[in-house]
Amino acid sequence: MGTEQYHEPPSELPAATRTFARLCTSLTEEAEAIGWYEQRLAIEPDRDARAIMRDAQGEEFKHFSMDLEFLLRRTPLWREIAEGILFTEGDIVEHGEEAEEEAVEDEASRGVPVTGSESLGIGGLKGDSA
Amino acid sequence: MSHLLREHAPITQEGWSRLDSEARERVVPALAARKLVDFGGPHGWAHSATNLGRTEGVSDAPEGIEGNVRRVLPLVEARAPFAVARSELADADRGAEDVDLDELDTAAVRIATAENAAVFHGWSAAGITGIAEASTQDAIPLGEDCERYPRHVAMAVDALRAAGIEGPYGMALGPEAHTNGLETSQHGGYPLLEHLREILGGPLVWAPGVQGAVVLSVGGGHFLFESGQDLSIGYESHDAQSVQLYLEESFSFRVATPEAAVALTP
Repeated sequence: MGTEQYHEPPSELPAATRTFARLCTSLTEEAEAIGWYEQRLAIEPDRDARAIMRDAQGEEFKHFSMDLEFLLRRTPLWREIAEGILFTEGDIVEHGEEAEEEAVEDEASRGVPVTGSESLGIGGLKGDSA
Repeated sequence: MSHLLREHAPITQEGWSRLDSEARERVVPALAARKLVDFGGPHGWAHSATNLGRTEGVSDAPEGIEGNVRRVLPLVEARAPFAVARSELADADRGAEDVDLDELDTAAVRIATAENAAVFHGWSAAGITGIAEASTQDAIPLGEDCERYPRHVAMAVDALRAAGIEGPYGMALGPEAHTNGLETSQHGGYPLLEHLREILGGPLVWAPGVQGAVVLSVGGGHFLFESGQDLSIGYESHDAQSVQLYLEESFSFRVATPEAAVALTP
């Protein structure tokens, strides 16, 4: 159960990648919970129960946002693309296409692997005692 | 454009991938401190100081005003220069597997060693107090006799427990002691390092830059490494023969719980 979040053998993954995968899983779970509360709220007639659910959903908003911020900090390319999309007005798809194109071309022109930043991406290594 | 100026280097995308990959491969085994202490960040190159949450009184505040200045721990920039021959980079682009990156390999171990030394023994000019020097526990002489290592490590773990410091516990073992330990089997042939891991209940890591060894709690919250810019390769200059590059990072380190570590002196 605890290792289902890994797509590759955990023992072969660096500690930083395992942490990244854990937070991706957490992000998914928070998004699911937000969706579940939205459905419950849509059909719950009791006013007090609705207030509790809305409060709980607010917690999930917070958790989702913290997970996302962590992942963006560890992934500069993702962050750059997200900056072109989040908190903007207008056509979301258009912003997305533009942000992706600009960020990826910019990275590629600098000789940076598309999946990473300019750093070696090592981060913390707790849990990696080899 | 980032301050690393990588786009100014006469290095192809394939070349950069090779350099980054080689650096990662060489530096990770030597980064002992990161395997044992908490890692925060990276917060980026512009991040200059760690908030300590403390203030210091200002003596010459205007009359009727109390002045306090915030105390912060500045980040230190560590840079290890190295050179790569342009002919080797050209060979890498042709698909050569045996590219000479010796200087990069040496720089990688050098910067990892410096990071470990700062974390475990301090870097006073940079304002960093190391784990061994901050420890309020009595130091235990490690000695030359490897057979006695388990006894010393058990004493260190007992001292941490007695001080109310919870495990799991880990150990950074300096290269000399690590080599001695690796070559030693105890009675019955059981590897010494495995025995030490069992006593610790946590990781035992090879730690270039560490004198003797340090036993510490890896439970979290005790030892705080803050990264500004994580380890990266940057560009300095080039001529017809070679490219001057460097491995660089910025970081601070502080000890929150001095009693959570025991130094084992060489």
